[in-house]
Amino acid sequence: MKKQRSSKLQRIEALQGFLFILPWVIGFLAFAAGPVIASLCISFCKWDILTPAEFVGFGNYAKMMEDPLIAKSLVNTLYYAVFHIPLAMCGALGTALLLNQKLKGMRVFRTLFYVPSVTAGVATFLLWTWIFNPELGLLNRALRHEVPWIDFANGLAIKWVPFIANPPKWLADPQWAMPALIIMALWGVGGGMIIYLAGLQGIPEELYEAAEIDGANSIQKFRRVTIPMLSPTIFFNLIMSIIGSFQVFGAAFIMTGGGPMNATLFYVLYLFQNAFMYFRMGYASAMAWLLFLIIMTLTLIQFKLAPKWVHYQ
Amino acid sequence: MATVVRKTRDPRIRFYNNLKIGLSYLVLIGLSCVFLIPFFWMLSTSLTEASKIIVKDRSWIPNPIVWKNYADALTVLPFHLFLKNTLIITFACIVGQVLSASLVAFGFSRMRFPGRDALFILVLSTMMLPAQVTQIPTFILFTHLQWIDTLKPLIVPAFFGGGAFFIFLLRQFFLTLPKELEDAAKMDGCSPLGIYWNVAIPLSKPALATVAVFSFMAHWNDFMGPLIYIQSMENKTLALGLASFKSLHGTEYHLMMAASIAVLMPVLIIFFSMQKYFVKGIVMSGIKG
Repeated sequence: MKKQRSSKLQRIEALQGFLFILPWVIGFLAFAAGPVIASLCISFCKWDILTPAEFVGFGNYAKMMEDPLIAKSLVNTLYYAVFHIPLAMCGALGTALLLNQKLKGMRVFRTLFYVPSVTAGVATFLLWTWIFNPELGLLNRALRHEVPWIDFANGLAIKWVPFIANPPKWLADPQWAMPALIIMALWGVGGGMIIYLAGLQGIPEELYEAAEIDGANSIQKFRRVTIPMLSPTIFFNLIMSIIGSFQVFGAAFIMTGGGPMNATLFYVLYLFQNAFMYFRMGYASAMAWLLFLIIMTLTLIQFKLAPKWVHYQ
Repeated sequence: MATVVRKTRDPRIRFYNNLKIGLSYLVLIGLSCVFLIPFFWMLSTSLTEASKIIVKDRSWIPNPIVWKNYADALTVLPFHLFLKNTLIITFACIVGQVLSASLVAFGFSRMRFPGRDALFILVLSTMMLPAQVTQIPTFILFTHLQWIDTLKPLIVPAFFGGGAFFIFLLRQFFLTLPKELEDAAKMDGCSPLGIYWNVAIPLSKPALATVAVFSFMAHWNDFMGPLIYIQSMENKTLALGLASFKSLHGTEYHLMMAASIAVLMPVLIIFFSMQKYFVKGIVMSGIKG
């Protein structure tokens, strides 16, 4: 009798619990699970929404192999990732280490460094388009700034010459457009910095004291205490940066439109163009699945490598 | 204590420490300049007379200061409509995400039902799914509902779960609430919904504020969503409006910078006034994620 009543109560609680998560269940079916299945089906079709879909099997995937822009956009994305990830991770860790000192005013600096990550969006893309302007932009104005130089031809007299007479045309130059975007992204290291800072502040002081008693110098303390203790945070940031690098869209869409000469055609930008400009829904879906596969593989590789260098307490 | 005394007594070590502190400040101030100069440049441009933009050696402080640029920039395109749309979307999404994420998180943390933990893993796994995979079918779904070029596709999904990250964040927080409070409320005949509303929500204000601030930032800055769903000028958001500013008036940098600053201002104000919740949320995502 008693057991039956408690199981009835349990059933009521189960029902109530299910009602609580019901919004998520509906959202999951409508905006995640359903679309995932639909996307897989669409990727096997040729479909422009207006006319009925036509089943093409692996046709879209086969076509991707031969599409030079797929290769180009993948290479571009990889180029960005290879430079952006290490630079951003070192920059974020470096600033976090600087800010982790017990000095006055660190909160102010922390806020200042973090502001660019907060404002990230269309407004900052417009700002950087202006900064990278070849003739009038801030960067090239600064690079053309005159500096004193020894005039060897004229009896070692001092003369004023531009620091760099012909600075790159940045976003207008196929060779420099990608470096420009990588430079711009460095402005946003504050996001990673905050996470490192939290990680650094979680390292117990005793470990450093113990290392000092053992006669460790600053470099040894950094290598033997800070890095291992921070490794879970580094791992988290690494995974996030990899995923983030493969998702670059807004900057390229607004600042370069993928140009010049497809130099900044990122994979997600090309996907977007296929889906919402050329309405090649099947092809774009197949591209999305390749992206998913790439991100999953890279993440899994990182998780496999993690035990070698990530130390969980 | 001993180490402190030793450090201050030895003049060589004291000199070394002061040098280190001095260098640190030097680097920090240098970095601050690098981080802030783009903003000054933006502000300076936004107040410069149109004809002086091309002057090679114009000074950082514009002469004359042209406040009218702001009025011009915000009336060239219907920015009051962009603002209205952005406010509607942002506030509806904040309400939707805070409400539904907290309900779901409450279910996952304070209720017992079969399959709960498996379902929660499913919640977390949706974070791994790139948006691009679901974007196209979702777009087709909204096309069939005839929601294209309305604000609905940008608002309605927020009410269904509120996003895996927020569910995760709030669940972690609800798990820390003492069980005794819940039991006491149960004794008083409170239903689970009553416990959620009268106990869990009032105790979780800091966590809910974190979610609200993140939600605000995400929707205020969102670009891809409106880009996919909005076409007509009067339905555009601030982010989308700014982007069309570039394609329509791309060479008028003084106006473009004025409009950009106007769009950034609310974000900066929210950030500076809610900084505490901001850092808390990031720290939680970084350490437990």
